[in-house]
Order: sequence, then C-alpha cells, then structure tokens
Amino acid sequence: MSGFVSVLRRELSLSLRGGGEMLTLVLFFVIVGAIVPFAVGPDKVLLAGIAPGIVWIAAFLAMLMGLEKLFGPDRADGTLGLYRLADTPLSAVVAAKVIAHWLTAALPLILASPILALLLSMDLPTFWRTLVSLLIGTPALAGFGALGAALTVATRHGGLIAPILIAPLSMPVLIFGVGAISASGGPGQTGVATLLLAALSLMVVALTPFAAALAIDWGED
Amino acid sequence: MTQRQVQPSLCLKTFALSVGRGETILAQDLSLSVPAGTGLLLRGPNGAGKSTLLFTLAGLLPALSGTVTLEGYDEDFGPAFHHCGHKNAIRPRLTVIESLQFWQAINGSAALTPVEALERVGLGRQAKSDAGYLSAGQQRRLALARLLVSARPVWLLDEPTSALDADGQKLLAGLITEHLASGGLAVIASHDAIAVENLAVLDLGGRV
Repeated sequence: MSGFVSVLRRELSLSLRGGGEMLTLVLFFVIVGAIVPFAVGPDKVLLAGIAPGIVWIAAFLAMLMGLEKLFGPDRADGTLGLYRLADTPLSAVVAAKVIAHWLTAALPLILASPILALLLSMDLPTFWRTLVSLLIGTPALAGFGALGAALTVATRHGGLIAPILIAPLSMPVLIFGVGAISASGGPGQTGVATLLLAALSLMVVALTPFAAALAIDWGED
Repeated sequence: MTQRQVQPSLCLKTFALSVGRGETILAQDLSLSVPAGTGLLLRGPNGAGKSTLLFTLAGLLPALSGTVTLEGYDEDFGPAFHHCGHKNAIRPRLTVIESLQFWQAINGSAALTPVEALERVGLGRQAKSDAGYLSAGQQRRLALARLLVSARPVWLLDEPTSALDADGQKLLAGLITEHLASGGLAVIASHDAIAVENLAVLDLGGRV
C-alpha cells in the first residue's frame, strides 16, 4: 500500500512541478470548445443544443494529449523496467498512475468547463448535468487511455497509435456521457445513461490496471 | 522483510540458457552457477550479449531457451533481483532524497535509510537538490544508492563503473564486497577491472 501511495505522490509532484503541461491541456480543451462557434456560426440555440457533445469531444481529445506522458518518460529513463522488478505489483503501480492521470488530465478540464459553458451559451441546468457526467465518465477515459498507452509503450511513436487504438473503446463513454446530459431523451433516459456511464467507469477503472500491467510485462523489449 | 537477506544455500543457476533479442541469439548454452558470497564478472566485446543476459536473469526479457533459477530462495519474500542498468531511472524535478525514498517505498526496505545510503555513496550534501542537476557520475552514485535502501540478495549490475571517477570505482568495489560478504551474490557486466575478491569471470566473446 505504501508503494501505491508513493507512486501516486510521485506522479502528482512530477505533474505539478512540470507546471506547463497541465495548463497546456486545459488551454487545448478550452480552444477546442472556443473554435466551434466560429465553425458553426454564432447561433445560440444551435450552440446550446450541441454544447454537451462539444464539451465531451474537447475533454476526450485533451485527455488523449496527455497519454504520452503516462508511460513514455518512465520507459525512456528505465523506470518502467524497475517497476517490473519492484515489490509493489505492477498493476498497483498502473492503478496509481491511472488515478494520477485522472487528477492531472481530467480534473483540471472539469474545473475549466464553466469557461466552455459560457462560450457555448449553455443554460445552468445543462451545465450542472455536464459537470456530473464529466465527473462520472472521465475515469473511464483515463482507464482506457492507460490501456492504450501500455499497449503501445514499446512501440515507436506509440503516442500516436494509442489514441487510434482506444478511440473505438471510448465511444460508449462518449455516447452515454452525452446521453446523460441531453434532455432530449426524456427524464428517465438521462438517469439510465448516467447509471450506465457510472457502471462503465467503475468497470474500466477496476479492470484496466491489470490489463495494462500485463501489456507492459509482455510488450517491453 | 529481514528474511530476504541472508540465506547460505542461495545459488543462482542457469541451465542451457540462450539469450537474445527477438530471433537473434546472442549467447547460447550458458550453464552458470553463482553461489552466495561470490560474484560473476561478464566480459566480452560490445554486442556480445552481456546486457541481454542480465535482462534475462532479471526476468525482464524472456529466455530463448533454458532456465534461470535462484535456488534456496522463497518467492514469497518478493523479487530477489536488483537490476542496475545503463539507464539510471532518475527523473528531474524530484530531489535526490525524494527519488531514493520513492524507490525504498516500492522496493521494500530492511536496509539502510535513504539518508544513510546517500552518505554512503557520497551524495549527502546533494540530498535536497534536484536529481536532474546531478552530473553523470553522481547520477550513477544515486542509482547505486538505490541498491542500498532495499535489501535484495542478487545484484545485476550493467556497466556499473560508467561515468564513475576513481573514488567512485573504489566505492563500488567496497559496496560489492560488503554485499557478497553479507551472503548476497552479484553478476556484473563491465569492461573495467573491479577490485573485488571472489569474482569468477565469464567471457561471452565469440561464443556464437
């Protein structure tokens, strides 16, 4: 357990001391949302209608950008090999990294989402639902991201392949994530989508550390 | 954790071991026996398979054929191998002492404290500085300190002398001697002379 906490603490302090990386992700998230009004026109009704989808797409893309940082530097400097020889099981190390990835790549986006809500003229009830669906759904994206990063860690340009690999896996997250926000499906529908999103997140976060650890163990060198 | 330290019957054995990368065999039919308290020095030209053999012994690479066993060691005590490769696994933005505390936390302790280990390798004064600012030789010393904070019976050292100054080489020889005296064993790949007794030499050059 102390190993798990140490990995988490190390990842967080590396991210926080890196400074710029987290800000870059947030800015990317905001920019993706900000260019939409320019692309589809400043029609407030239309923007408000597609806003939940835009926020989710922006979050998805921004989280993909952070993937390369997940295992890449560890592999480059030999830390990954030592993780495989550590007392702390590799799956625990990966689990700590998934949590750290969520805290540094998803939580800042969620905190920045009010900016997008303003830009896309979301109304307040929709914004609260967006916030909840992001909070519930992004752990699944973090888990899938870790799996993709682990599968491609030994590959050259793995950072480019991982997003392609996990995009199909992440589709259900986007579908239920947006479904949990939009009121079009009726009140009952929204609740079901939220529950399915939560189930997806729980399952992915529980299972991917083991899958990713296997991928690293078999894939390295 | 203390059980992991001294076990007199400990012996690292390989049987008909072939190592290589992918399809390429670099060294084959190695049947080695390294009993506790002794070390094995791997020699051979660049590309002879020294590092690959160390990776395979550590279990980081699958053996192409044959087996590696550590006799007299109970797997329940956790991993038995320390691998110290070319890469020092040192990350800038963490201080020297933080790096070492981290490795102790995930590798287990029952050995020196991080502060003692830093004093031992001569980095006591750099404890609070950013590990990324250390020179190559100091980073090497920090990597060696990692072996000291967690007790493990088998050290696999890949070019441990690289970037070390004369004092550092003496320090390394001292550390290995202590480790062997306490009942551990070591496999070392190096081109330099290492002033340690009880070292057998294996020449990997031109075996294939």
